[in-house]
Amino acid sequence: MAESTMVSPDSAPVAPGVSPGGTKRSPVKRVWGIMFSNGKSAVGTCLFLFFVLIAIFAPLIAPYSPHYTLFIPNLAPSSAHLFGTTAQGQDVFSQFVWGTRTTLMVGVGAGLLATALSLLIGVTGGYQGGWVDTILNFLSNIFLVLPGLALLILIESYVHQSTPFFNGVIIGLTGWAWGARVFRAQTMSLAQRDFVMAARLSGASSLRVMITEIMPNMTSVIASNIMYACLAAILAESGLAFLGLENVTSVSWGTMLYWASQGDALLTGAWYWFVPPGLGIALVGLSLVLMNYAIDQLTNPRLRELPKKRRGRHE
Amino acid sequence: MRYLTQKLVFFVVCLWAALTINFILPRMLPGNPALAMFAKFQGQLNPNALHALELEFGFSHQPMYLQYLTYLKNMVTLHWGLSYTYYPTPVTTIIAHSLPWTIGLVGIATLIAVLVGTTLGIYIAWRRGGFLDGTLPVTTMFLQAMPYFWTGTILLFLFAFVWHWFPLGHAYSTTVTPGWNGAFVRSVLGHAILPGITIFLGSVSGWIVGMRNNMIFTLGEDYVVFAEAKGVSPWRLMTSYAARNALLPQVTSFALAMGLIVSGSILTEEVFSYPGIGFQLTNGVLSQDLPLIQSAFLIIAVAVLVVNLIVDVLYVRLDPRVRTGGGVQ
Repeated sequence: MAESTMVSPDSAPVAPGVSPGGTKRSPVKRVWGIMFSNGKSAVGTCLFLFFVLIAIFAPLIAPYSPHYTLFIPNLAPSSAHLFGTTAQGQDVFSQFVWGTRTTLMVGVGAGLLATALSLLIGVTGGYQGGWVDTILNFLSNIFLVLPGLALLILIESYVHQSTPFFNGVIIGLTGWAWGARVFRAQTMSLAQRDFVMAARLSGASSLRVMITEIMPNMTSVIASNIMYACLAAILAESGLAFLGLENVTSVSWGTMLYWASQGDALLTGAWYWFVPPGLGIALVGLSLVLMNYAIDQLTNPRLRELPKKRRGRHE
Repeated sequence: MRYLTQKLVFFVVCLWAALTINFILPRMLPGNPALAMFAKFQGQLNPNALHALELEFGFSHQPMYLQYLTYLKNMVTLHWGLSYTYYPTPVTTIIAHSLPWTIGLVGIATLIAVLVGTTLGIYIAWRRGGFLDGTLPVTTMFLQAMPYFWTGTILLFLFAFVWHWFPLGHAYSTTVTPGWNGAFVRSVLGHAILPGITIFLGSVSGWIVGMRNNMIFTLGEDYVVFAEAKGVSPWRLMTSYAARNALLPQVTSFALAMGLIVSGSILTEEVFSYPGIGFQLTNGVLSQDLPLIQSAFLIIAVAVLVVNLIVDVLYVRLDPRVRTGGGVQ
């Protein structure tokens, strides 16, 4: 998809830990400041934290066990069952709360794994150049054009009833290509800079230059990539689970949708069964995209929101 | 010319990679359905019958490299084996029946999404800071974050189950005879609208946001500022100066987005029981139909690769820098 993170090669490196005023602030405060610097990303951050809290406190929030099947089936939402019950007599709200935990853990885990691989492959290729780069770049290009979900389905077809954990691993292992391409381009541009040259001349090893000089200077690009990778991983995992390719006894938003479709929720009009998990996926996805707004504007000054007076120049 | 050769080599290598993945995966991972099937027959069938069956399904005990070469030869000559579930139909027949549905549905929906998304992107970048610019990207991003299969389910629920405007699934109604007649064409269109809208909603956001960002880049370029100062009419400035140059990255995005579009359409076809390639792929997985799975994956990979190749060839026409071999890294 059209990636909104474009990095002009001449954008100045942002020195880590130094705010425009030149004073050092704690990293947590800095991140906090950036995320709440505009309305969109503030909303996104709050939304994301909301779901993280649900995931952490799932045992306290969920009124029943997600596997308990002895309620009356197909109940509409009520005070006893906030989101009603499934055709198997399970409490949808409890499943939703526990599903948040699975979906977030798999999504974020796979997103981080994919980004780590992208960094390894992209930065190494971009910094080393030569035949290392040729091979790694070719590999990324192949993974970039191979259709991701079809490849995942192909793998799943040989591994029966895979766990959410396994799904997260294969999603991470197959989803690194886009990030690798972005990091490679970024590294190639950074590698030409004076401060990298200075580090090399002072005798720093390649590994050290990559980790201490290059990576800190593309923090925002990495952060943006993590968010897109998490979004893609959540969509991929729930897609696989929806197709019934994840262990169907696991509790995730995708498996909930699988059971809703198997249990003919559509034909019995049980909207309360399939609306919450899908809405959950969409809201988590939206929160990631919104959080990315803040980062986009850091990386790409031209996309910064215009001050009021300059609006409508072309009108 | 060198550029095109490079792209052709890449195409062939990718194709080879897809074929090899198809060959290695079943031999590497546990739970090969064919082996399980033969294990089941062991002792029930006499060895000759078993051997005949193995030959028919293309299984052999030859050394690995010979198996690999035979496999490559069979793939290239379109001997893709027999489907287990629709035995003895060759897989190629099933693929040939499913492919037109997918190409028709996904192709048209994607084309509309690209056209509408790009136009909207141009417009909101031009009216930057306006009402649409503030609302449209966020709205469509929400739509993009929605999983295709869920969007599809919601649309089905509202428009097919509650309001009965559209059918609940499949590509055409069983009461009409396939062929070039009005009833059939209407039925096909009616069945394609909901899945088409699902694919459209899932992909349009990328085109809007991508085009908006490209436009903002070109609108800041000196030649646009100069043209504006020179008194070029706003319409010409927007279309011929800014949009025209902002379109090029969209073409690249199209090639890259193919994988995502295909992924989305697999899920959409499943929700609407639309008899395309994606539906066959998921069916194949659920019924452990190995040749069907492999062929469906292969044809999806080939489709994506062909689109990429076409885009690369188009690029020569669109970007003079590629033709002259200068200015491109």
